[in-house]
Amino acid sequence: MFRIGCGAGFSGDRVDAPRSVVAAIAAAGSGGALIFETLGERTLALGHIARRQDPSKGYEPLLEEFLEPILAQCVTAGITIVGNFGQANPPAAAKAIQSIADRLGLGALRIAIVCGDDLTGKIDLDATERWEGDSRLPEIDGEIIAINAYIGAAPIAEAIKAGAQIVVTGRVADPALALGPLVAHFGWDWADLDRMAAGTLVGHLLECGSQVTGGFFADPGRKDVPDTANIGFPIAEVEADGSFVITKAEGTGGLVDLRTVKEQLLYEIHDPASYLTPDVTLDITGVQLSQLGPDRVQVSGARGHAAPECLKATVGFYGDWLGEAEISYAGPNALARARLAVTTINERILRRGLALRHRADIIGTVSAFDSDEGDLLFDYSDTGAGDYRVRFAFASANQRDVERAAQEVNALYCCGPAGGGGVRQSVRPRVRTLSHLVPRHLVHPSFSFAGGTP
Amino acid sequence: MNATVQVTKLHTIAHGRSGDKGNRLNVNIIAFDEKHWPVLRDQVTAERVAELFAHRGVTEVRRYELAQLHALNFVIEDALEGGVNSSLAIDTHGKCLSYLVLGMDVQVQDEMVTGTPPGAEMQKVP
Repeated sequence: MFRIGCGAGFSGDRVDAPRSVVAAIAAAGSGGALIFETLGERTLALGHIARRQDPSKGYEPLLEEFLEPILAQCVTAGITIVGNFGQANPPAAAKAIQSIADRLGLGALRIAIVCGDDLTGKIDLDATERWEGDSRLPEIDGEIIAINAYIGAAPIAEAIKAGAQIVVTGRVADPALALGPLVAHFGWDWADLDRMAAGTLVGHLLECGSQVTGGFFADPGRKDVPDTANIGFPIAEVEADGSFVITKAEGTGGLVDLRTVKEQLLYEIHDPASYLTPDVTLDITGVQLSQLGPDRVQVSGARGHAAPECLKATVGFYGDWLGEAEISYAGPNALARARLAVTTINERILRRGLALRHRADIIGTVSAFDSDEGDLLFDYSDTGAGDYRVRFAFASANQRDVERAAQEVNALYCCGPAGGGGVRQSVRPRVRTLSHLVPRHLVHPSFSFAGGTP
Repeated sequence: MNATVQVTKLHTIAHGRSGDKGNRLNVNIIAFDEKHWPVLRDQVTAERVAELFAHRGVTEVRRYELAQLHALNFVIEDALEGGVNSSLAIDTHGKCLSYLVLGMDVQVQDEMVTGTPPGAEMQKVP
């Protein structure tokens, strides 16, 4: 049996979470792996911008905080760390990790760097197809920051087989973070598609951290979760046949049951018979779950089909400017005054001829569910009183127009409805992303050891 | 005696989570108890979900059934106002949107569906 835990489900996750995971795997006494998934579509583009500004940056900003508390125990207990925390600059991340090891007196670690995902300047996007899910989005109309392909588990597995204690990657398919260590441990054959599917499913369930152990799940009275302030992150106990149990460390909060596993099983899945990854097409339509005991759910029945011919690549490019401005209305007739603020700003933008996209939300009514056009905004019934925050959002390639629109919201202080207060405004540049499909033969994943370690 | 029919929110018999990839939203809807699976299967249709999101310019809703999990998965195209990097919405990921679906009315026969949902007994907060 092989244990894999997850230390982070996104960039910005709880930095104290990995401790209980590592302690539990170490206590079991037979080594294992710890994965960190800290790379979203937007995070990667931001990493590239950070690296441009400072060649020593561009990796996960919380890297040191994630690793410092657990690095020594992982090394001692034979727990391999695999993370896409290299983001846009895996070599710099490897250097930072060795610095932590030096501070902790751990000596030179075998840190592998996976590369080959960064296609920036190496491919002709016009010769590739756009990923169907983004097919109706506008064309790329800003300077391209980066192109990164989702690569598979092979370089991770090879690095671990070659003795890596830590594997630093940039963009890889999230489940590959788990599949790599599993292939290295069990020696699974890449052509054994059901094993590839099982390992991919392990990764899919682990990759979002506590989302499978009671995070993003609590709904008081319907779905109660114990000790949400100390939710334990997941550990998968994987057998050689690919079946596995999802659990978490004893003494932590959260829960693992059929409901938490089902929600995560289908999270960001489209066709359940055909979840595309670089390593395999995962079919979860026959997956069986069974609760073996408290916080222990067994998962089996993943099936694999041939991997797709193309890899998905994320294209990050400079986008437009986003302005946000807010103002509050409270007490008798608050909703009517909030609506008047909306129509006033709409009219002001027209009169000033500002060319921008805009929307208004009245927070306290239907802001989260509404469309940009505000279809639901004026149908919501007025209770006669309340505490509403009006939030305006503006976007344009023209920074000055966005600033002018935000300034119009500020002007509601004097020129708007009665009793408006608490204006806050911000204007910032946006990074945008689109996905393209890149033929595999254009992508060459590989790994090397940092610092020339043989 | 005739069967009685009660109208309730989907939220009382089901749970779910939404996720995004680009401008594509997925929402899974899962019955707490297998006895309510037919309610989901028969009443929570792709057409009704498309209606809920019509004002957001949805172009297509595909529904997948996972009977052994008592779960439905909806793939909803163009519901995210351009996606996380270009939306003007507060919730650019659409993480709130599973609850738009869970607010849907469904008809349940012969029972009260208030109180603690089945399957939660093991997880009571101590």
